[in-house]
Amino acid sequence: MTAILELQNLSKSFGAVVIADDTTLVVEQGEALGIIGPNGAGKTSMFNLITGTLAPNSGTIRFMGDDVTGSSAAQRCRMGMARSFQVPQPFGGLTVFENALVAATQGAGMSGQAASDHCLDILERTELLDKANTVAGSLTLLDRKRLELTRALCAKPKLLLLDEIAGGLTEAECVSLVDTIRDIHKSGITIVWIEHVVHALLAIVDRLAVVDFGKLIASGEPKAIMASREVQEIYLGIEMDEVGHG
Amino acid sequence: MDWMNAIIQGILLGGLYAMIAAGLSLIFGVMRLVNIAHGDLIILAAYLALTASMLLGLHPLLVLLLVVPMMALFGYVLQRGILNGTLTGDILPPLLVTFGLSVIIQNALLEAYSADPQKLDSGVLDTASMTMGGISIGILPLLMFAVAVAVIAGLQFIFYRTALGRAFRAVSDNQDIAQLMGLNRRHVFGLAMALSLAVVAVAGIFLGMRTSFDPSVGGGRLIFGFEAVIIGGLGNLWGTLVGGVILGVAQSIGGQINPGWQVLAGHVVFLLILAIKPRGLFPRMTD
Ligand SMILES: Nc1ncnc2c1ncn2[C@@H]1O[C@H](COP(=O)(O)OP(=O)(O)O)[C@@H](O)[C@H]1O
Ligand SMILES: [Mg+2]
Repeated sequence: MTAILELQNLSKSFGAVVIADDTTLVVEQGEALGIIGPNGAGKTSMFNLITGTLAPNSGTIRFMGDDVTGSSAAQRCRMGMARSFQVPQPFGGLTVFENALVAATQGAGMSGQAASDHCLDILERTELLDKANTVAGSLTLLDRKRLELTRALCAKPKLLLLDEIAGGLTEAECVSLVDTIRDIHKSGITIVWIEHVVHALLAIVDRLAVVDFGKLIASGEPKAIMASREVQEIYLGIEMDEVGHG
Repeated sequence: MDWMNAIIQGILLGGLYAMIAAGLSLIFGVMRLVNIAHGDLIILAAYLALTASMLLGLHPLLVLLLVVPMMALFGYVLQRGILNGTLTGDILPPLLVTFGLSVIIQNALLEAYSADPQKLDSGVLDTASMTMGGISIGILPLLMFAVAVAVIAGLQFIFYRTALGRAFRAVSDNQDIAQLMGLNRRHVFGLAMALSLAVVAVAGIFLGMRTSFDPSVGGGRLIFGFEAVIIGGLGNLWGTLVGGVILGVAQSIGGQINPGWQVLAGHVVFLLILAIKPRGLFPRMTD
């Protein structure tokens, strides 16, 4: 196995708030890695560091062997990174289809019919095809979440970063989302997934990492990690029933 | 008949204002930059056309083929070299820098061409006219209006039917997300300024063929451009055309009543519309 993403001694803080504390993490090609941790632990910030919207104070980020620490967010996207946002951020004035096309043409470098076909294919998989011509600003929460996934996939990522994409969905919606993500993973895309809905996460991931106060405190086989003392301590009193689902 | 004539002249003049306004609103729409130098850039384009047409002995309309790409290139370089650095999210830096640019362009033109009024020689087009129902309509104003409609239609097409337009709208919508989708915002802004100055070049050449100009008149054109954008409603290109026409007709009718009231009548109508519909006549549906 070869590494697709390597974070080496990555540190970042905002004044007294430490969001990455000497984080070292390797993600293998084709892996599905889950990330859990309490609110404010620095999970979303880790995605910001990986995708280039946030610059680290120190440490390096390598993507497919290349040092991308100094690369722009746009360059990293074109190299094959895409993410979804915890709080959906569609281009509200563009239609769903146009949102997808931006990712396909700019992120994946496609054009013309090939780009359209690619977007239509993804929209069908994410069950948004019937809303292709809807202005994204008027979508419901579920559809906005689907659009987040659509847009990320349209950029033809090698590495897909999902940030709490299952949060706020009904059980049925969650099941269908898990199926979609499983298909994506099977197609060979490496996935890093931050999620509070642990049973959804455990249905997909090969490995689980735990983050707290910007520190990577544990990483390993999902069941073992869930049963570990660190996780039990962190989750003590919060969302134990959800954890129990796993 | 005089009134009918005034209205028609006003409509045709409105085409020029719409072209001026379209370039202005394109830049504001994509990067929230109010380009104070916009009017001076129009005059710069007119002088460039003057020089090119004298040196090469070509008709100003042919010189368009040269001045449009020159201004577009200048726009791209200007944006990437200077203006991108002012877009920090604060509204003041771009205002100050484009104001400075306006002063620099005016003084450079004054130095190079003196303050003497100039005019682009459009040859027979200058006086050619046709008579319709007893009203004589100049071919040049008619051509100018047709070109303005074509420019607006072209911009509309680019904005809503091409990958470039999608990039403009995506960046305008959310710059940070656009970057994450692989868009280089600096490059997109450069292209937007290039497109804006290409339109400026067309407007400048028609302005120069229609009236005389000197280095100081850019500011007045900027005001007319602003008024046309705001009357039509921000972010609506066809609205901008209507805004330009309303302004042109108001000025023309004002001038018909009393030659001194031409510009004043335009401002009064602008203020009236602003008082009744603060967001303009056709504000964009979303947001
Ligand atoms: N730009 C910023 N400036 C200051 N503090 C920030 C910034 N971004 C995030 N933080 C802080 O960093 C901490 C981690 O946030 P985040 O990464 O969103 O956590 P998580 O996704 O794990 O819930 C929070 O305390 C948050 O308030
Ligand atoms: Mg988060």
